[in-house]
Amino acid sequence: MKILVCVTSVPDTTTKITFTDNNTKLNKAGVTFITGPYDDYALARAVELKEQAGGTVTVLNVGGADAEPVIRKCLAIGADDAVRVNAEPTDAYFVAEQIAAVAKDASYDLILMGRESIDYNGGQVHGIVAEMLGLPSISPVMVLNIDGDTAKITREIEGGKEEIEAKLPLVLGCQEPIAEWKIPNMRGIMTARTKPLKVVEPVANDQLTAVNHYELPAPRGAVKMIPADEAEKLIQLLHTEAKVI
Amino acid sequence: MSVLIFVELDEGKLKKSSQEAIFYGAKVAEMTGTTATAITVGQADETELATAGRFGATKVLHAGDAKLNEPNGMAYATVVAAAAQQEGSTIVVLAKSSLADAMTARLAGKLKAGLAANVIELPNLSNGFVVKSSIYTGKAFAYNELKAPVKILAIKKNTITPEETDATATVQSFAPALNDSDFVISVKSTEKATGDVLLPEADLVVSAGRGLKGPENWGVVEDLAHALHAATACSKPVSDLDWRPHHEHVGQTGIKVSPNLYIACGISGAIQHLAGVNSSKVIVVINKDADAPFFKSADYGIVGDVFEVLPRLTAAVKAL
Repeated sequence: MKILVCVTSVPDTTTKITFTDNNTKLNKAGVTFITGPYDDYALARAVELKEQAGGTVTVLNVGGADAEPVIRKCLAIGADDAVRVNAEPTDAYFVAEQIAAVAKDASYDLILMGRESIDYNGGQVHGIVAEMLGLPSISPVMVLNIDGDTAKITREIEGGKEEIEAKLPLVLGCQEPIAEWKIPNMRGIMTARTKPLKVVEPVANDQLTAVNHYELPAPRGAVKMIPADEAEKLIQLLHTEAKVI
Repeated sequence: MSVLIFVELDEGKLKKSSQEAIFYGAKVAEMTGTTATAITVGQADETELATAGRFGATKVLHAGDAKLNEPNGMAYATVVAAAAQQEGSTIVVLAKSSLADAMTARLAGKLKAGLAANVIELPNLSNGFVVKSSIYTGKAFAYNELKAPVKILAIKKNTITPEETDATATVQSFAPALNDSDFVISVKSTEKATGDVLLPEADLVVSAGRGLKGPENWGVVEDLAHALHAATACSKPVSDLDWRPHHEHVGQTGIKVSPNLYIACGISGAIQHLAGVNSSKVIVVINKDADAPFFKSADYGIVGDVFEVLPRLTAAVKAL
């Protein structure tokens, strides 16, 4: 089985987000970048499928050279090789276009990625890639098993889940609990250094969107504490003061 | 040249989030000097569809082909793209949801659209077409200029308050050509919670964490939720422990909610949890640990044992 896993490089989930350059750029100072948490699940399942049935796992990132530590970590976890499209991601369509350009002639059985990135939260890239490649797309996938050329999938829906079957090839947006996150071991880290990481230039595209500037949320006011032995007061306040019940 | 609004139904009724999307779309239509047309897919009652007029739609297109009764993002994208072509729509509005996400991505690909997800305000048209969206799971906002000729706006739930009128919309059947390739995925079974308030649609949410000590203790949470007609939710550790189903997990890697009221019980308030709930209008934190970081992000707080506090709150709600 030939699997492509598309990963993002995003600020660690504990990062306090701030901006620089008159609120036009993310302040990367002191920020640790990690593989998108949902992408981590996609990669872990891809490596499991390879271990079960053979094949290859290629990791793809659209990003600058500063994303390479994240890509090397994916190689250490078990991917065989990697491609970096040498471009800063601008929006979902741009990223999808780069992924589709890499994938279009490569006949992947599965193209996996997280259900969404944790920076822009759009959850759109997998669907646009699938549309561009003329493939079915399913998201968010919680369970993925392969039986011959058929994928047996559990997808989360609002308030429940669906059991789905579909023929390969497919593009899937993944989330927990599709696999246990994998942590690279020392052998993996050593071998990752010699695995191929190909850098390709982006395909040309029209810029469909642009972020003019960013903004931080206004801080909340001070908390109003209510003694536990007067807990009923809370309900009165929610009813008469906050007017939410 | 209408603004086109994709509308979802839940048990035959317009979803609340779709009402918000219609109202939003109608406002955008007003701003751009056009009208608002809704498009809905699958089995639907015409009288209910006409109520889209209350929120500003003048017309509803109904694609009622039986093949569309099962939710199918791929096929729905084909239908909405055809509707956009028929109506000459260059702006498509919808509410973010599990189904809409699947549909929107395919639609963006078909229309080569500039897309803004998690939109929280009406656009600013004074210098281009700029919309504000929530990013970094609510930890920041972006002002996005949509430069493409076709624009898709996916509205974050509960951020737009619709106003209603007595107007009704005309309902027209819509039967575009469907692609066989959109029906290659086979849904074998669906399991959906019934009788409860769906978390992504909820105005009020009662959420609990490891402070509840085990799944057997969720009764106190459910009692308060039932009294408030609220949805129940949980922190990530709780869903990881299988105390509660994954679709109740709110946070950075779970469901993002923006209800009017979020009550957090026995949740310390890790930054990843806050990220998923910080756009709630009012946050209440109940925790026996006075140093729980969540109190710093709360509007109201009670330092106390959830097993003593929650039943008192439930009784107080019933007494209202």
